[in-house]
Amino acid sequence: MARRLDADALSFGATVGVLSIVALVFLVAPTLILLLTSLTDSESLKFPPSGYSLRWYAALLDADQLLDAAWNSMVVAVWTTVASVVLGVMAALAIGRSQAPWAKALDSLFMSPLLLPALAFGFGALIYFNMIGLAQSMIGLTIGHIAVCVPFVLRNSIAALSQLNPAMLEASESLGAGRLYTFRRVTLPLIAPGVGAGAFIAFMSSFDNVPVSLFLTDARTQMLPIHLWEIIETNLDVRTAAASGVIVVATLVLMILAERFAGLTKQLR
Amino acid sequence: MGGRTANGHPEWQLALPLGAFFVLFFIAPLAVLAAWSFYTATETHTLTLAQYARFLGDRFTLGILWNTLWLGFQATLVCLVFGYPLAWLALRLSPRWQAALLFVVILPILTSVVVRTFAWIVILGSQGVINKTLVAIGLIDTPLRLLYTETGVIMVLAQVQLPLMVLPIMATLMRVDRNLFDASASLGAGAWRTLWRVTLPLSLPGVVAGCILVYAACVTAFVTQTLIGGARLIYMPLYIYQQATGANDWPFAAAMSVVFMVAVLFVVYLLNLLGRTSKGQIYG
Repeated sequence: MARRLDADALSFGATVGVLSIVALVFLVAPTLILLLTSLTDSESLKFPPSGYSLRWYAALLDADQLLDAAWNSMVVAVWTTVASVVLGVMAALAIGRSQAPWAKALDSLFMSPLLLPALAFGFGALIYFNMIGLAQSMIGLTIGHIAVCVPFVLRNSIAALSQLNPAMLEASESLGAGRLYTFRRVTLPLIAPGVGAGAFIAFMSSFDNVPVSLFLTDARTQMLPIHLWEIIETNLDVRTAAASGVIVVATLVLMILAERFAGLTKQLR
Repeated sequence: MGGRTANGHPEWQLALPLGAFFVLFFIAPLAVLAAWSFYTATETHTLTLAQYARFLGDRFTLGILWNTLWLGFQATLVCLVFGYPLAWLALRLSPRWQAALLFVVILPILTSVVVRTFAWIVILGSQGVINKTLVAIGLIDTPLRLLYTETGVIMVLAQVQLPLMVLPIMATLMRVDRNLFDASASLGAGAWRTLWRVTLPLSLPGVVAGCILVYAACVTAFVTQTLIGGARLIYMPLYIYQQATGANDWPFAAAMSVVFMVAVLFVVYLLNLLGRTSKGQIYG
C-alpha cells in the first residue's frame, strides 16, 4: 500500500515538475535569447552571436521612423490610459458592488472587447469613422484604443472594490463626510493599487495594439508595433532586435516600479 | 441593494459615461459593420444575403474559418497542459517565491506581442536555436522546418498567451480551502486521485475562464499568425484585412468579420456551458 502511494506521488511530482519547468523555460527563454541576439556585433540575427556590441542600439538613435513611431504610440497610449482610468473607475463604482441584473449585463458589455476579435472591431470602426468624419485621425485612433483597453481598468478596479470593507465607507459617511470626500479620502486611496495595475496593463496593451491601429492610422502616422511588424515581414533588420531589446528592458523597469509602488503581482492574482 | 450605497445614494449614473461611450464607439461600429455585410457591393447599398452566400458557398474561405477555429483549440489545449501545473505549483510556494513566479508569468503579457513573436523567429528559423541544438546533438541531419508551419504557430501562440491561462487558474486555486486537499489525502486518495476528484473540479471556473481568454486571444492574434505562419498559412484576421484594405471589398470583409465574431462567441458560449454543466455534476 505504502509503495503504491509512493509511486503515485512520485509520478505526480515528476509530471508536475517537468511540465512546469518546461512552461517556465518556455516563458522566459525567448526574451533572454532576443536580448542576447540584439547585442550582436554582426549583420545577422544569429544565436548565440559571434561577438557582442551595442552598435545596433546606437543605430537606433538615427532610426527616425522608429523613433517617430515610438512617440506616436506613446502619445496614444497615454491618452488612452487617462480616458480608460476615468471612464473605467466611474463605471466600476457604479456596477462593482451591485448584484442587480443591469449591472451584470453592463459588466458583460464592457468586458466584451476582450472576447470579440479586435480586428473585426477595428474594421467596423474604420467604416463607422469614415461615416462620421473621424477616420484616420488621432482622435479616432485613440477612441478605438480606449474601447479595447478600458476592460483592463474596469476589471482590476472592480476586483479592488470587492476587497473594500463597506464599513469604512459607512464610517466615513456617518462622520459627516460627503460622497465626493469619501471617494477622495477613503475609496480612492484603498483601490488605487488595483486601479494602477489596471492602468498599467491598459497602457501596455494600447502601446502594443495592432488590430485596431491597423485600420485607424493614416498613411503618415506610423505606430511602433505596426512599424516593427512591417520591418520583420519584409527584411529582418538587426535594428528590430535592438528596438525590441529597448521595449523589453523598458517593460521590465516599469514592471519593477509597478511592483514596488502598486504591488502589481498582488493585484493580479 | 440595486446600485445604491449603504445609505441610499444611487450610484448607477456613474456608469453613464462609459455606457454612452460604448453605445457610440463600440456598439455603433459593430452595427455599421453588420449593416455593410448585407450590401451587394461597396458602391451599391441594396441589402441582400449575397456576401454570406459567397462566404458559405466557398470552400476556400470556409477552410480558413475552420483552420482558425481549430488553431485556437490546439493552442488553448497546449496552454492548459503547461499552464495548469504551473498554477498548481504556485499554490505550494512560499509567498516570496510565489511573487517571483507571478512576476515571470506576467512579464510576457506586458511585453509587446510583436517583440515576443520576433524572438521566436530567431529561435525557430533553420539557423535558429532549436535546429542548431538538434543538429549538434545528432538527432537530425537537416534543419526542421518550424517557421511557417502550423506547429510553429501553435507553439508560439501557446507561449504568447500562456499567462492568460495561468492567472485565472491560480486565482481560483488560491480561493480553494486547503483543508480539502488534506482531507482527500487523509482519506487515502493519492496525488493523482486528489487532482482528478478534488483539485481539478474545484478549479474548473478558473480553467474555463483561462480557456476562454486564451482561445479568444489566439484566434485573433494577427501578429503571431502572420509572422510565424508566413504568407502561405492564412487565418481569418489576415484574410479579413486583405479583403478590407487590399481588395477593398468592404461588404465581403464585413460579412466575414460577422461570421468570424459569431463563430468565436459561439465557442466561448460552449466553453461557458461546459463550465456550468460540469459544476452541476460535482455538487449534484
